[in-house]
Amino acid sequence: MLNVLDLHTYYGDSHVLQGVTMHVDSGRVTAVLGRNGVGKTTLCRSLVGLTPARAGRIVFNDTEITRLPPHQICGLRISLVPQGRRIFRSLTVEEHLAIAGRTRGSLAGVSEKREHRPGWDVRKVYDVFPRLSERRGHRGDELSGGEQQMLAIARALVANPVLLVMDEPTEGLAPMLVAEVGKLIRRLKDEGTSILLVEQNASFAVKTADYVHVMSKGRIVHSSEPAALWANGDIRTQFLGVPRVDPPVARD
Amino acid sequence: MIYIITQFLNGLFSAALLFLIAGGLTLVFGVMRIVNIAHGSFYMLGVYVAYTVIARTDSLLLGTIAAVLLVAAVGLAVERLFLRRFASRPLPQMMMTMGFALVFRDAAFMIWGGDPFTLPYPALLAGSVETRDIVFPAYRLFVMLVAAVVGLLLWVLNEHTLIGAKLRATVDDPEMAAATGINVALVSGGVFAAGAALAAFGGVMGGPILGGYAGMDLDLLPLAFVVVIIGGMGSLKGALVGSIAVGLIDNFGKALVPELSYFTLFAPMVIVLAIKPTGLYGRG
Ligand SMILES: Nc1ncnc2c1ncn2[C@@H]1O[C@H](COP(=O)(O)OP(=O)(O)O)[C@@H](O)[C@H]1O
Ligand SMILES: [Mg+2]
Repeated sequence: MLNVLDLHTYYGDSHVLQGVTMHVDSGRVTAVLGRNGVGKTTLCRSLVGLTPARAGRIVFNDTEITRLPPHQICGLRISLVPQGRRIFRSLTVEEHLAIAGRTRGSLAGVSEKREHRPGWDVRKVYDVFPRLSERRGHRGDELSGGEQQMLAIARALVANPVLLVMDEPTEGLAPMLVAEVGKLIRRLKDEGTSILLVEQNASFAVKTADYVHVMSKGRIVHSSEPAALWANGDIRTQFLGVPRVDPPVARD
Repeated sequence: MIYIITQFLNGLFSAALLFLIAGGLTLVFGVMRIVNIAHGSFYMLGVYVAYTVIARTDSLLLGTIAAVLLVAAVGLAVERLFLRRFASRPLPQMMMTMGFALVFRDAAFMIWGGDPFTLPYPALLAGSVETRDIVFPAYRLFVMLVAAVVGLLLWVLNEHTLIGAKLRATVDDPEMAAATGINVALVSGGVFAAGAALAAFGGVMGGPILGGYAGMDLDLLPLAFVVVIIGGMGSLKGALVGSIAVGLIDNFGKALVPELSYFTLFAPMVIVLAIKPTGLYGRG
């Protein structure tokens, strides 16, 4: 459903993505792992059009999106949960959901299987995140970090994405909330949403994902099922900074 | 006492005009981060266009509508065809608006000449309103009322509509707004056109009193910038408070110590900036 081919992205002269090739399969959770600064966020930015790639191709359900502007990519049902939450500080919770909301009707590229699932709307979001319902009249800058992360996810969900891109959604969250995010990701997958999960928290990603790509210095250096990744001690120590001990315990 | 009240009302009248003009300036800055030197030109063009249309049609209403629409279209063209090319590069954008200010000034001189004129008063509002000993021109009260209504509409639009929420999202975080599906280029064009239209409208409203003359564009600009800087760049509430402050200070200053009028105008700005560098309601 999403294919990234030899992608090169720059900030000015700085060559950050140096030929990324990877894919996300329909209806699965695909993780991208890697240490700080390897280019994970840049990959997300290129996917959603914020920093368009200079070379290479991004193909989403047969549509080339490499150089589309962000609002058009959003219209194709790719939603981003950005690193650092990026909540609008002057907008209330309710306004966040209002400006991001899109009904599911009549959209291209939705497979038949998903036609039957109920879409995400404000009511469903409030059911799943009762805390957001309590805070619905509060402005973004009045929310706690955890609430902001919930809102960042909710804002992406009300657009009813076909592909949900989550950039370090567990960063800075208490362990209980991390578990909540994990549960939600599995639920979204069951509903048929494809998910690209970017993480530094390797044990979380490995528990949650169906397939993993490991990134280093702007390239994908390893792609496999999660189990095969854990079995490969070299990759773990070299690219993830996870010590050679089992069972998997994550550092960040 | 009567003198003070009259000066106070005059100050509020200046504030009303300033608000119409600075409101657009601050919106444009808030959404696009453009310091728009051509904003005074839109104010000037509004007066000139209204003057021409009123001379032909004898209709103040038509003149006002024509001025607002035409200047909005000019604003849109400037943004789409020129400023857009330098998106998120504040310095080239500012230089470009400065260039446009000079172009518009010369164009206006070529088309309309440099002779001063005033727009006619609406017949209904030509008289004065009297209460006890205070006599105050009805038209000035009308302008204050109009500005209040415009301010209220802008506030409702900004705070209580979906369009307003999208606007504020774009101000807060343009990238995230785009990733949320907002067409930021469209919002920017719309805001720039609306800002130009507001300035033109302010020019027409002030037209019967301040009129039009060569150099009016750059007379006004410093005042509008003082308002925006005191209130905080990008804040509508700041533009309101700043307009009232500058309107009152400028009037009383000119009336009481005319030789210090620039000092009385800029001193409050310096004081506000020293205490709160982002202005009263501005954000970093
Ligand atoms: N806006 C930017 N301008 C210039 N360099 C940047 C910018 N954002 C990130 N970088 C650089 O690009 C590299 C990759 O960053 P990023 O994609 O954020 O990595 P990750 O998300 O994997 O931590 C880093 O070296 C970072 O310093
Ligand atoms: Mg990152």
